[in-house]
Amino acid sequence: MLEPIHSPPFTKHPVKWAQINLFSNWFNSLVTLLVLYALVTYVPGILDWIFFSADWSGQTKADCSGEGACWVFIDARMNQFLYGFYPDDEQWRVNLAFILLLALVIPLFIEKVPRKGWLIAFLLIGYPIIATWLFQGNIFGLSQVDTEQWGGLMLTLVIATVGIIASLPIGIILALGRRSEMPIIRWICVTFIEVMRGIPLITILFMASVMLPLFMPEGVSFDKLVRAMIGITLFQSAYMAEVIRGGLQAIPKGQYEAADALGLNYFQKMFLVILPQALKLVIPGIVNTFIALFKDTSLILIIGLFELSGIMKAALNDPEWLGFATEGYLFAALIYWMFCFSMSRYSQHIEQKLNTGHR
Amino acid sequence: MTKSHIKDEIEIELKNVNKWYDDFHVLRDINLQVRKGERIVICGPSGSGKSTMIRCLNRLEAHQEGDITIEGTPLTNDVRNIDAIRKDVGMVFQHFNLFPHLTVLDNCCLAPQWVKKQPRKEAEATAMKFLDRVKIPDQALKYPGQLSGGQQQRVAIARSLCMNPNIMLFDEPTSALDPEMIKEVLDVMVELADEGMTMLCVTHEMGFAKRVADRVIFMDAGEIIEENNPHDFFDNPQSERTQLFLSQILHN
Repeated sequence: MLEPIHSPPFTKHPVKWAQINLFSNWFNSLVTLLVLYALVTYVPGILDWIFFSADWSGQTKADCSGEGACWVFIDARMNQFLYGFYPDDEQWRVNLAFILLLALVIPLFIEKVPRKGWLIAFLLIGYPIIATWLFQGNIFGLSQVDTEQWGGLMLTLVIATVGIIASLPIGIILALGRRSEMPIIRWICVTFIEVMRGIPLITILFMASVMLPLFMPEGVSFDKLVRAMIGITLFQSAYMAEVIRGGLQAIPKGQYEAADALGLNYFQKMFLVILPQALKLVIPGIVNTFIALFKDTSLILIIGLFELSGIMKAALNDPEWLGFATEGYLFAALIYWMFCFSMSRYSQHIEQKLNTGHR
Repeated sequence: MTKSHIKDEIEIELKNVNKWYDDFHVLRDINLQVRKGERIVICGPSGSGKSTMIRCLNRLEAHQEGDITIEGTPLTNDVRNIDAIRKDVGMVFQHFNLFPHLTVLDNCCLAPQWVKKQPRKEAEATAMKFLDRVKIPDQALKYPGQLSGGQQQRVAIARSLCMNPNIMLFDEPTSALDPEMIKEVLDVMVELADEGMTMLCVTHEMGFAKRVADRVIFMDAGEIIEENNPHDFFDNPQSERTQLFLSQILHN
């Protein structure tokens, strides 16, 4: 037997590392020094503004010293950023709905929990009914809170969650339809996808809020929020369909043939063999679409719904709190980033978990 | 020479089968009868239509003219007929085509569970029986990507057998394998042949043909040029094209 030869030791010594990676020639050294200079010049100022000179406590604008950021503004308005115009006394219903959601979702990620199928079924069918009841009220002793009063982060999350959960299955159906051998189904799907992708989301939202009621019979009216949800969901499912179609096309023809040869019918072939592989391939694209959808919720401002960025914009116009746009937008950006980054990280985790080392 | 393993009943019948890819005539007036238990090896140069022909037998490809009848069921556009035939006809591919997202065991259980509606326990027992027969029961919980080519092809054979087919089609089952793995796959196929399975095998493994085949069919340019028992086929080929082909492959 041959003795295995060890690979050359990997250098971890910091000086050595810097020599190799930062100062390998005069150009790299120059770039390194310039970047260092920029960091030293700007970072302390930024940190100072955000943290060290910032005002953290107080009640009114008078508590802001003006030397750094004034987070008092965020603190004073926090309730509105989270719940919009939802009545203070009823906000426990929103909290309860989200806690319930977490309580139902977290077990899904724990491997040992049995009967996840039922949990998922309840999440998709039972939970939305409970959540709608909690949010909207009007029956079983809860007072009614109109969707006009919903707002802030809560509204952002409601729209994004509905959009994310609904756009994936619709996207799958559209993608399968677009590759169908039945011409009529194919044409319908192609037309839907191309029309939706060819129109800006703002236009769709306008149409949903202004034009749709014109076509409705007298007396029938959809809630504005529902219309916005449908608009965003359909818009993103067109993108989702194209992402998934990309995955379907990447699956070798042999997989379809093997499934056919074993006698699986169309739906068995697609849902047991092709889609599990195709969806896994396009997880980055799917999450990309989810993230786009999450951020696109900010566009519903234009039809008069105040989700997080909308309510922020409104708060910045408050005469008592003029001049805190930087703090406000920074805070909103941080919230959006936290959610989007979490989705991104989670998708990477899923990708690793599903990797069965094929090909 | 009569062989005891060949029964009288005709399992596969092709009558004047023609097929075109656009203007390209891939199958020309194919006529063939296969009896139950018969083992047939099909060879010929690449592009001769041999793969296309066996892929027509379970409707992975549709023929345009002529009749194909499998176990008395005519192969038409009727989905019920196609489904019925696919349940009875197993196929093994050149590139294995295992499902990479499923374990070896799940690969084997999938079709019995969903197509034949077998309970999971029964499907698993059948799968383990056939994995045992292809000598890899210990790999049952691995994913196809963790196996060698030869092992993957043996899993593919076991997966087909789990549906208890009456007919097995092999489409160049050893062409994508490294030389040292060909034997392990051929051994499994020989065993299968000894058990009396009706087999149609597209292959260039002439040793396998000599050992196992009841009949060797030579195809070229979409036609069946010659068919004979292996002894006469190899020692006394009739047509010039067969002689040329044999001289080319036996040289290698």
